[in-house]
Amino acid sequence: MDAESARMLGAGLAAVGAGLASLGVGNVFAKFLEGALRNPGAADGQQGRLFIGFAAAELLGLLAFVVAMILVFVA
Amino acid sequence: MATEAKVDPMHQFTIEPLFGSDGWEVAGYNLAFTNSALWMALTAVVLWGFVALGMKGQLVPGRWQMAVESFTGFVDDMLEANIGKAGRKYVPYVFSLFMFILFANVLGLLPLGVVGLHPFTFTSHFTVTGILAIMSFSIVLIVGFAKHGIGFLSLFVPHGTPALMIPFIFLVELVSFMVRPFSLALRLFVAMMAGHLLLEVLSGFVISSSNAGVGTGVLVGIPTFLLMIGICALELLVAAVQAYVFALLTALYINDAENLH
Repeated sequence: MDAESARMLGAGLAAVGAGLASLGVGNVFAKFLEGALRNPGAADGQQGRLFIGFAAAELLGLLAFVVAMILVFVA
Repeated sequence: MATEAKVDPMHQFTIEPLFGSDGWEVAGYNLAFTNSALWMALTAVVLWGFVALGMKGQLVPGRWQMAVESFTGFVDDMLEANIGKAGRKYVPYVFSLFMFILFANVLGLLPLGVVGLHPFTFTSHFTVTGILAIMSFSIVLIVGFAKHGIGFLSLFVPHGTPALMIPFIFLVELVSFMVRPFSLALRLFVAMMAGHLLLEVLSGFVISSSNAGVGTGVLVGIPTFLLMIGICALELLVAAVQAYVFALLTALYINDAENLH
């Protein structure tokens, strides 16, 4: 396999990380909604923590995107 | 189709000098006025206008004043909830940061392409978000060391750490602390860049499938166009959420500096 196609395959594989991060982000909001429906009174106070969890989960997916971009355009 | 027109999704991120790049050399650096600088200036002007129109301070606020006050109140509440009473003095900084990023993201999404202008999202550049993150990080460092002196380093050793584990935990916490400006900048830059890339790639689908004929245009072009409308709505949400997340994380980091653990 030449380097060019290996690069592109690597970029495609890195995109798997974006899909996995979507599981994480979905999980964050799903669990929040689950908890919020059980105790709606406490839900509003926890929105900051919701977005911290969202940011942390999302960042890891974005890193996969960065890896793909580096492989396509930089490496 | 004589020449296959190819849509280059990365072209939208090119920085171009607007008035030529000659004669802008300052101390060895070329400081030409670029499209990025133009959109930063535009964002600052629009933001200034938005806030100035709401600063009349009427006893019964009008709609505009309500809009501005709800933004300031939102940032105020966020800082109060995350830092406590000491958070009030950071409202000007975090409010400017939040509104600047929000306006930049939203202005970059404006459909000005229909009148031939090209909106430029400068938050999709690591240099810009990096500087914003470094500003937040320096405030954390300055406040932390000014307030607690060398005791600020106790941030890296959580309460109740066994003595044996202290060097190891210190190292881990130090790395996680030093990575903060990068993660802060990377998140905003990649989220904006990914969204704009996605829109551009999808619009490339629409253009080339419609060029290929009526059949592919109906089969591929129209569904893709409908998807683009949905993605545009999602991008508006992402623009707001990313600005909020940036401000929220800044508030959390400042909280570490104000109150330690």
